This record gives sequence, structure tokens and C-alpha cells, in this order.
Amino acid sequence: MTAAQPLPTLEITALEKRFGETQVLRSIDLKVQNGELVFVIGPSGSGKSTMLRCCNRLEEPTSGAIHVNGKPMLGIPRKELDRMRLQVGMVFQGFFLYPHLSALKNVTLAQRKALGRSKAEAEARALEMLDKVGLKHKADAMPSELSGGQQQRVAIARALALDPKVMLFDEPTSALDPELVGSVLKVMRDLRELGMTMIVVSHEMHFAREAADRVVFMDGGVIVEEGPPEEIFGNPKSDRLKAFLSRVSGEAA
Amino acid sequence: MDFFDAFLNPEIIATYLRPMVRAVWVTIWISVLVVISGLALGALLAGLRAYQKRWLSWPIVLFADLMRALPPLVLMLILFFGLPSIGIILNDWFVLYLILTLVLAAFVEEIFWATMTSLPRGQWEAGAATGLSFLQVLVHVIFPQALRMNIPPLVNRSLTISKMTAYGSVIGVKEIVSVAGSAQAFSGSATPLTMAALAYLIIFFPAMLLSRYIEDRFHYEH
Repeated sequence: MTAAQPLPTLEITALEKRFGETQVLRSIDLKVQNGELVFVIGPSGSGKSTMLRCCNRLEEPTSGAIHVNGKPMLGIPRKELDRMRLQVGMVFQGFFLYPHLSALKNVTLAQRKALGRSKAEAEARALEMLDKVGLKHKADAMPSELSGGQQQRVAIARALALDPKVMLFDEPTSALDPELVGSVLKVMRDLRELGMTMIVVSHEMHFAREAADRVVFMDGGVIVEEGPPEEIFGNPKSDRLKAFLSRVSGEAA
Repeated sequence: MDFFDAFLNPEIIATYLRPMVRAVWVTIWISVLVVISGLALGALLAGLRAYQKRWLSWPIVLFADLMRALPPLVLMLILFFGLPSIGIILNDWFVLYLILTLVLAAFVEEIFWATMTSLPRGQWEAGAATGLSFLQVLVHVIFPQALRMNIPPLVNRSLTISKMTAYGSVIGVKEIVSVAGSAQAFSGSATPLTMAALAYLIIFFPAMLLSRYIEDRFHYEH
């Protein structure tokens, strides 16, 4: 950490977000390096999802800066924003596959319309990505015919097919039945092996311990503490983190 | 005079069959034009309203409310009998086509708008997050879903508006009711009116079957 750092894949600088009078995020600074998996934990309402959603501007930050590979996400025209969003993949808690399109078409739509790939190229890429998430055989299935875990894996393939520089996961397993969580976590683990840069907001503490390079603990709209998982979970410094961990350890970790 | 003589007199049927068939065609093509342009205009207005620009939404809402509140017949009478007094003369069939199209568009706009706003916000966000422009999300993600969910009300509205072509009789469009009405007055027999009723059945029964087919075809589970 002492040597000159390379350009971060994602850099959040002095990010603030207010909803009217309510301050949701306060002076958030976060750098995510290429290939890093950063895990964001914290109680509900701590602002972690809002921070994630600011990164691709599904939520409009009140002030601050966000850069992807050194290029600004804020203060750019919508056309440029659409192009920048291609570099930031997002996976939602609620999957949000397009219900009127097959799994394959879910994965090809943005490739064709936003990236301008040909039909053949987009389909080849989609099949490759569906294969990566273990669902190549479901390419023609409609979302209503897939389990929650399968839908989420198609959603991951949909984001990956656009060759993003960083993937944002917004509680990707929270809406899943417990027995389906594993299949989604496996895909995320594979992605990490392949060197994908990832920011994960999740309550899967086991997964954080095992897969995260760095864990960020948020509470009350600020980053309270961050460090390697063994530090955060093994040697928490702040009282707020200690309280949070003892609360969740009852259920999970 | 027994019942059949009054309502299904063969001679009267023979006399008025040809004009009635012509009237059926007039009713059909005006209906088809109204449904096509009304659906298209309504969908377009809902799409424009989705941009949430006040200078766009406000006139659209006003238009939709006015067209849904006013009886179509009143609008037709104003256009057909009122406009000539300021030197604008419109064809009878054009007035019928225009007003029915605008009324259908108003209802279609409201139907689409209601569904588009009730779709999960995540559908808009999933599209935007993959780099699609607002228009692309609207056209490829939101609109096809809204269309599928709205097929039953859209079909109902289309059938209802098609039957309103009968208002054309008031301004002289030679559609079914108009032709049957004159024939009844001319012959003193109720038979042309029975023919009119049968003509509507012949047109709308297949339309109902078609609509059932479309509803089944595009039904999907959420």
C-alpha cells in the first residue's frame, strides 16, 4: 500500500447523498483496485445500497465524485452516462429479468441495442456467459420457468455479457430461498477467480470472510471501519462494528 | 302481419342487401382505421408522458381527461355542424374517424400509463444499468410488458369504439345504422334494422373470437 498505486477501477470521493432533509451518505471515500472484491456490510438503513446505486447513478449523488477507470460518472451528458454504465455491471436483489424475453434474449438485448453487437455475436457471447453461470441449457427458458437462483444467475450473465470493468452486487442472495443461495455464491466465487472487480453488498458473512479482499463496514451513512476480513471479523475496533457483528452472529457467521 | 313478416321479410332483405353490404364495408374499414391509429396514438402519448416533462405531460393529461369525459357524439356534432360556420368543412367519415381515434387514444393512453407506472421500478433500472437509453428501455423493456398485460382492456376498448361508428348515422356517414335507418323509413319495415343487428353480429363475432385468441396467445405468467 505504500508504493504508488495504479489507477483504481472504481473511485468514490467525498460522496454525499441527501433525500430532502435526510442525510443518507456522508463523505464516503472508497477506492477499489482492479481484481479486488470489496464486501460492504452494515445494518439496514446504513446507506450501503444507496452507495452502490450511486456508483452507476441509479441514485443521483448530492455531491462528490465517482470515477471508473479514471473517467467521471458525474456531470456527464446522458449519452455519455449510458456508455459509462456499460462498464459498471449491476445485479439487483430482485433479479429484474425482463419477463417477456427468454433467458438468451435477456442477455442479448443490451449487447445489441447499447453495444451495437450483431445478432450472431451477441448470441454467441450470451451463450458463453450463460454457460459460465451454468445455465446454457436454459437459454430458451422464460424467466417464469426459472427458479430464483437461476434467474439471478441469468441476471449476472446479462451484466457480464457487456464486459463491465466492475460488477456491483446489491444483496444478490437476499431474495433467495436458502438452498438456492449457494449456486449464486458459486458464480460470484468463479468470477473472483477470473479476476473480476466486484463490490458486494450482502449479509452473507461466511462468504465475506472467505472471499473478500476487503470488508467495509457502514453505519449511519458513513464508512466506520474497513480492512481485510480477518481484521474486521476477528478484531473489530469500533463499538458499532462490535455491536453489529454480535447481532448478526446470532443468525449467521 | 306476423313476426317474420315484420322483422325478416325476404323481399325487403333482397331489396336492401346490396346497400347493407356496402354499409358493412364502411363500418369495417372505419373501425379498422380507428383501432390502428387510436392504439398507435395512445401508445405514443403514454410513451411521451413517461418522459415526465411537465410541458409534455400536462397537455396529454388534459387531452386524455377531456376526451374521456365528453361524449363522442357531442364532439362529432361540433366538428361537423359547428366548424362550417367558420369556413372549415370536413368530410362526414373523416369527422367520425377523427373523433373516435382521439377518444380511443385517450383511453389507450390511460391504460398504458397505468401499467407502465405499476411495473416494478427495477425493470426501468435493469435496463438503464445495462446502458440502454431511456427510449430503448421504454421500447424494448417497458412497452412490450405493458402491451401484454393490457391486451384484455385494449381489446375491449377497441370493440367498444368500433361499435361507436354507429354515431356516424347522425352526420350522414353511410355505415350500417345510417343505411338501415333510411331503409326502414323508406320501406316502413323493421327488417332493415334486423339486418343491421345481424350485420354487427357478423362483424363482431369473429372479432370477439380473434380477441380471445390474442388474449390466450400473449398471456404469460409473472
